[in-house]
Amino acid sequence: MSNVGTAPDSYLGAPYGLAAWLLTKDHKRIAILYLISITIFFGVGAMFAAGIRLELLTPKGDLWTSDTYNKLFTLHGVIMIFFFLVPSIPAVLGNFLLPIMIGAKDLAFPRINLISWYIYVVGAVITLTAVITGGLDTGWTFYTPYSSVSSQTAVTTAALGVFVTGFSSILTGLNFIVTTHRMRAPGMTWFRLPLFVWAMYATSLQMILGTPVIAITVLLVAAERFLGLGFFDPARGGDPVLFQHLFWFYSHPAVYIMVLPGMGVISELVSAISRKQVFGYSFVAFSSLAIAIIGFLVWGHHLFVSSQSVYAGLVFSILTMLVAVPSAVKTFNWTATMYKGAVTWESSTYWVIGFLGLFTIGGLTGLFLAAMGMDIHLSDTYFVIAHFHYIMVGGSLMAYLGGLHFWWPKMTGRMFNDNLAKVSAILVFVGFNLTFFPQFILGYMGMPRRYHAYPDEFQVLNVLSTAGAGVLGLGYLLPAFYLTYSLFKGAKAPANPWGAKGLEWTVPSPPTTFNFDEDPIVTEPAYNYNPSREVHVG
Amino acid sequence: MRLPFPLFPPSASSVATEVDLLYLFIAAVSAFFVVLVAALVVIFAIKFRRRHPDDVGADIHGSLALELTWTFIPFVLAMVMFFWGADLFFRLARPPVDSMEIYAVGKQWMWKVQHPEGVREINELHVPIGRNVRLTMGSEDVIHDFFIPAFRVKMDVVPGKLTTLWFKAEVPGTYHLFCAEYCGTNHSGMIGSVIAMQPQDYEAWLAGGTGGPAVPPAQAGEKLFTGPNFGCATCHKDDGKGPGPSLLGVYGSTVELTDGRRVQADDNYIRESIMVSTAKVVKGYQPIMPPFQGLVSEEQLMQLIAYVKTLKAAGVAAGQ
Amino acid sequence: MDQQLEASTLGMWVFLVTEIMFFGGMFMAYILYRILYPEAWVLGSHHLNVSLGALNTGVLICSSLTMALAVRSAQVSSRKGQIVNLALTIVLGSTFLVVKYFEYKEKFEHHLVPGRHFDMSLPQAAQQQLFFSIYFMLTGIHAAHMIVGIVLMFVILVMSIRNRFSAAYYTPVEISGLYWHFVDIVWIFLFPLLYLLGAHLGAHGG
Repeated sequence: MSNVGTAPDSYLGAPYGLAAWLLTKDHKRIAILYLISITIFFGVGAMFAAGIRLELLTPKGDLWTSDTYNKLFTLHGVIMIFFFLVPSIPAVLGNFLLPIMIGAKDLAFPRINLISWYIYVVGAVITLTAVITGGLDTGWTFYTPYSSVSSQTAVTTAALGVFVTGFSSILTGLNFIVTTHRMRAPGMTWFRLPLFVWAMYATSLQMILGTPVIAITVLLVAAERFLGLGFFDPARGGDPVLFQHLFWFYSHPAVYIMVLPGMGVISELVSAISRKQVFGYSFVAFSSLAIAIIGFLVWGHHLFVSSQSVYAGLVFSILTMLVAVPSAVKTFNWTATMYKGAVTWESSTYWVIGFLGLFTIGGLTGLFLAAMGMDIHLSDTYFVIAHFHYIMVGGSLMAYLGGLHFWWPKMTGRMFNDNLAKVSAILVFVGFNLTFFPQFILGYMGMPRRYHAYPDEFQVLNVLSTAGAGVLGLGYLLPAFYLTYSLFKGAKAPANPWGAKGLEWTVPSPPTTFNFDEDPIVTEPAYNYNPSREVHVG
Repeated sequence: MRLPFPLFPPSASSVATEVDLLYLFIAAVSAFFVVLVAALVVIFAIKFRRRHPDDVGADIHGSLALELTWTFIPFVLAMVMFFWGADLFFRLARPPVDSMEIYAVGKQWMWKVQHPEGVREINELHVPIGRNVRLTMGSEDVIHDFFIPAFRVKMDVVPGKLTTLWFKAEVPGTYHLFCAEYCGTNHSGMIGSVIAMQPQDYEAWLAGGTGGPAVPPAQAGEKLFTGPNFGCATCHKDDGKGPGPSLLGVYGSTVELTDGRRVQADDNYIRESIMVSTAKVVKGYQPIMPPFQGLVSEEQLMQLIAYVKTLKAAGVAAGQ
Repeated sequence: MDQQLEASTLGMWVFLVTEIMFFGGMFMAYILYRILYPEAWVLGSHHLNVSLGALNTGVLICSSLTMALAVRSAQVSSRKGQIVNLALTIVLGSTFLVVKYFEYKEKFEHHLVPGRHFDMSLPQAAQQQLFFSIYFMLTGIHAAHMIVGIVLMFVILVMSIRNRFSAAYYTPVEISGLYWHFVDIVWIFLFPLLYLLGAHLGAHGG
């Protein structure tokens, strides 16, 4: 790292050394710490995924034992969700960009920000301990009574890991909310905020409201398992379906915790690649809040076949249908932003187009699952797997990679090979569709999820899927090489390599420790590519 | 062109075609929007590509009319899907009254099934076509899920309660039975087949018998009820004069409890009254019945319920 | 300084919102099972010692008062007032925990702690065990919050002794106070829900 960003006052400059980094309170350095840790976990999670896909090449469960397979898919889920996707965009891009975008020197609570990262690390270490001392085979959903009574694996330890990590998200969300309220530069009104900040704000709301509920829920599971208290175990009078309610009360908003930041990134990217004001700014901003709020009221759509009352199901179904509307609004606004734009064909464009394609499919397939009569057939099949991978990998991860590329020059001060980035985006798009589209068909055919072995007639589609995963893996591996290479040999990045708008592009690449030499005063709306209008809009 | 893989599972029940129809409708709507968005994005990206490094986009900020349009149209389509899906769901959630009742118990990792005539089978379910079949299901350990893709039906089997699922098979054949809720090590081995047969074949299969005389669940339940092990009949006398209420005609009736609440005496009420006997005590009686949780197995429980269902009110206004 | 006070106070409020959600999960469990097993809930709450619970409620209300006085003392730069009131808050908080300890001990001796030693001869034993699971979880996590609060008060007390606070700067006192009041308020909900509701329905004895 030390030979990156040689500018003397860059945040990457002095003080060097491990201690200076591990005790830093600079939001940008903390973002880099997160970047390194979540990349490691992405690698771990991806290896588990490879294990799953290899097993499913053949109908017989002949590569792993079923216990190993069950641990593979459980750990894939736990690690990708709690240790990669949830922190990905907020903790890396959000941490780095939010203060700069609103014209602040740092987050409101720099020390708490560093503590969040340490909590994340402690949670991660506890979870890895669980992986080593018996693994975890409950599925990432921890459904009781299997998790609390039946499973022979390290459930208590893993639950503790998830519990601890939750506080990392809570503190990050808390920091973002207070920062957005209190630290905006003079003139940075709410409706001049970049849409990424709006998305971060909506995400933070969900983090502070949803995460404590999963924290208490896994704590109850651990207490039931470890202390013998009874909450969900029917043998002790408990109701296992209550667990599902509590679990999904967090975990459905968690889906939005994972995808809202991606939407924020795409809003920025779409505007930058088109050099044009985001179409319908306030609709995009408020749709984030609408998603965040309605997103809290739809958890029961995970329980259509779990014996909840049919009337509760009706309410959850209609609310779920409603949450599709703001997502559609966003998609159309992004599309309209490109209309009469000046659209570039740099790598960011490839990520954006990839995102729009995959997210649209992901969102629309959610409608199948929200329609109750349809969900009876599709619930717990590969259709569900395909749907949420389209949202969380096709949507969030695509947006994360797009954002990482877009702001890479800002974060590191180096340019990467744009052509290789395009190749990577295409590989990811093609590989992703090849991996997950067949799973929609598998799901409708009736292949249940979490199956170690399966009937022969599902094999063709599974082989296609595994082949796609290979291509997808290549697409993910490629950036690791050219981005790392750019750190050492990349051309020096100018302050604004893409010709984009936003405060982050007015400061040097990489920024100085306190971001701004002089406190910025904001006089124009976001994305003001046509400055002649500023008088009218201010 | 023939695909090397099928796109649909066999369609063998009365609702399968309807579910497929809804599926095709949502798929068509989805395909339309995916193509629309993809086409627009690609066309815009090409048509409005940046021709000069200093180009900026047109000064357009939004359009209320467009926003309202693309809020309204998705909303209407979503509501159509909601009502269609809800209608289907309600029909799938309410078993017709004339259904024949089959009992199923899930345990790690097998399905145990018992027919009304008493025939038992494991990991197989034989059913006649053209007849409404209602499955009453319980679990001995963790949550399972009874899933027959060819019938487009699925329901969780939750420990501590009874759940139901119904279907009407229409095409004879052998179809997959899957456990769809992850239940541990051998989850993917908790599979079996559903064999839909012509009614006469079904009768023949029932009569064929698989070892030992088949005792119908209601009869087995009666034996348990009157037998010495549980001794239910010593308190639940038909004349209602015992320490417990008479059970004649109780099934399906409305019961008033000591705290004044009124509850429907359905499968789950009977189940709770046996397992957690003092949770809901009938008005006028003392909470003296011991709980049978841990003493009565899921199968015995289902037999007891089957027996209670046969107890019709015999003109006497038996003690609720 | 003003902006910092505002930011920290807002931060604490946001944190307390997450705390509400955290306890909310357990309250949901409480409500659901109360509806499912009303009788067991009445039976269970009969085993709780209402007078000790009431005593603790009084203790916490007093501690909220001393806490408020400590904040007030900081605002008017009274070092002595801060020290006395913070010390009183610590004493009252500790009293609460000691009383709680005796309550727990009593439950333990009466085999009311869920698990292998639970007295299964009680009427509706399984459901009462559920009640006690939720009782111990709720009061246990509340007690953990009290311990955190007391540690916090010690830190603030030491800072007060070193004369760190004045009318110009008292953010830590203020936000610790917010936390303390929150923990008190949680108890104000716990006490009636666990000890009092249903206590008048004595018909079935306990």
